[in-house]
Amino acid sequence: MFIIKYRKVWFALSAILIAASIWSIFAYGFKLSIDFKGGTLTELSFEQRLYQTEIESKLSKLDLGSYSIRPSGEKNYVIRTRELNQAEKKLLTESVGGVTERQNTVGPTVGAELQSKALKAIVVVVMMIVLFITFAFRKVSASLSRGIRGVSSWKYGLATIIALAHDVIIPAGIFVYLGHEIDLLFVTGLLAILGYSVHDTIVVFDRVRENLRINQEQNRDEDFEVTVGKSVNQTFTRSINTSVTIFITLLALYIFGSAATQTFSLLLIIGLIAGTYSSIFVASPLLVTFYKLQRKRAQV
Amino acid sequence: MRKESWISIILLIIFSFLGWYFLLKNKVPFHFGLDLVGGTELIYRADTSAVEDVGGAMESLKEVIEKRVNIFGVSEPIIQTESAGIISGNKEERLIVELPGVTDIDRAIALIGKTPTLEFHLINGENLLSTGLTGRYLKQARVEFNSTTRAPVISLEFNKEGGELFAQITRDHQGEILAILLDGEPLSAPVIQEEIRDGKAQITGDFTSDEAKDLVRNLNYGALPVPIELVSSQTIGATLGESALNAGMRAGIIGLTILSLFLILWYRLPGLVAVVALICYIILSLVIFKLVPVTLTAAGIAGFILSIGMAVDANVLIFERAKEELKKDKSIHDSLHEGFSRAWYSIRDSNISSIITAIILFWLGTSAVKGFALTLGVGVLISMFTAISVSRTFLFAIASPRESKLMRFLFSNGLHK
Repeated sequence: MFIIKYRKVWFALSAILIAASIWSIFAYGFKLSIDFKGGTLTELSFEQRLYQTEIESKLSKLDLGSYSIRPSGEKNYVIRTRELNQAEKKLLTESVGGVTERQNTVGPTVGAELQSKALKAIVVVVMMIVLFITFAFRKVSASLSRGIRGVSSWKYGLATIIALAHDVIIPAGIFVYLGHEIDLLFVTGLLAILGYSVHDTIVVFDRVRENLRINQEQNRDEDFEVTVGKSVNQTFTRSINTSVTIFITLLALYIFGSAATQTFSLLLIIGLIAGTYSSIFVASPLLVTFYKLQRKRAQV
Repeated sequence: MRKESWISIILLIIFSFLGWYFLLKNKVPFHFGLDLVGGTELIYRADTSAVEDVGGAMESLKEVIEKRVNIFGVSEPIIQTESAGIISGNKEERLIVELPGVTDIDRAIALIGKTPTLEFHLINGENLLSTGLTGRYLKQARVEFNSTTRAPVISLEFNKEGGELFAQITRDHQGEILAILLDGEPLSAPVIQEEIRDGKAQITGDFTSDEAKDLVRNLNYGALPVPIELVSSQTIGATLGESALNAGMRAGIIGLTILSLFLILWYRLPGLVAVVALICYIILSLVIFKLVPVTLTAAGIAGFILSIGMAVDANVLIFERAKEELKKDKSIHDSLHEGFSRAWYSIRDSNISSIITAIILFWLGTSAVKGFALTLGVGVLISMFTAISVSRTFLFAIASPRESKLMRFLFSNGLHK
């Protein structure tokens, strides 16, 4: 039961990682992609690898404002500019040359709207999940009145939210630090992490719920700390094995998948590790912390 | 044989048939998103400020655009409208047009956005006099070919009102020149020879047969009910999509192979059952993706891979629980029973939370996010079926009532003997 016993160590570790992530987000800033701020993205492929300066000199002659160039894959370049009209797009592809692999244009209003949509999606998902957990664990609250030790069901929800925040902030911080762009796929990835992390946390909480029920049936007066510790131990192998199976598929996608899904799978891998850690080392120990706080208040 | 054995054999036959018929023989094709097959996506803002019935106007806008796109010969175009409102998060009415395989964005834009105006003007010296006859009165336009020169001509047929107007103009202005203007440019300027009562006219001009076809199409489908403006566009080359798809498939197969090895090594006989259940799950999901059809995008494939993880999780939960019961010296049969019934609550609740996430994402998301949400949601639902009913049937089929040391070993897992 070292997991519950040393919970302050795990909390400290998470707090340090979260603080570092928040620092990274503020220090480096979110690099929003054209999905969110509007603009034109052009990916061109060339027969031979061109020098970036060659493309830069061609682009500078055009009146397209500031731009950025990034190599992609073996022979491709991705050029980001302000929002271009049809004529300007044609001018760009014709003067730089190569084959147009993709060209995306997003208007500024659409981008701003997507930004609010993405935030809304994350907030609504978190809210619904907490409501669901409060509902799913309602019997735990009922058993409290019958003298069983524990915390009420909304506190399970609260612990889940804290774990979720942990799972979203850390991958976001790492991604900002690595210099990746924040695009729609990134938000999709964060939402997938949310989904997985809750899934993982619920399995542990379900075991707590079951052990509380067994205690009640057998009229056993067990300390809540012991119950939670037992539940974490019982689900530990399952948590690790499930994470390993998902990790294997994601790693295959990262190594053998296309460039488009590579960043996405890296994000999911980071999120998977954070999510597995948080459901074992953050969410469940938090239940014990809540319980102790509650008892302290009752004694005063 | 016991009941479970018979059901297992029937299930195996059904899944083998599904896999053979839909996947190996490839009877029904997959629907791949633009990011995987290449194509163009155009998003328009519709200006509905002048209309009262916004829903009706958007519906007829969609119909007009659908007709225009269909003539363009695009296979499986998707045309959708997105309404403004708090639920969708849009500030304006939108029209989304997806054209798989079309990478010539200029032509696509011209095709969709263009609203031709056809006018008939009388030429009086230097001046043009409007006759009031326009493309609005057109019943039908057709491309025909001049029998001697083989040059394309456009034959017009007016409706009753237009026919009467046309008859009146040709009667009153014989010998004068009637110019036919398209978007203000004169196309041809024939001299009126005689009164035309049947409401039919021909335009000859300097155009190729392709141009004539485009023109006829635009004339037939007329003006858009509401003005539209392009706000966002996306073109993806076919090669980029194809390599993404191949890489995704390869990654999936490699991932699945390693995953299967892990499951068999750790969970032994139940692990093998889990692998079979997983293959059933993948076959069933892919068949459903084909039949619904679910449009597969890069994000959608990622959602599917995540759902594979969750499908395995259900089995892992069951096996871990069964192992705990085995350690209490219960029989294999009883342990499996306990494993299934105890693990059910966590499978149910954790999957409900995944389904809630998928529904909200589908409801709020953009097309890429929707693709992810759909495959994740459908995948989780199917996995609850296969992980529980398929694995359960197979496991009870092979769990022989006679216990031996070997059987107990095969049903244990991990580092235990």
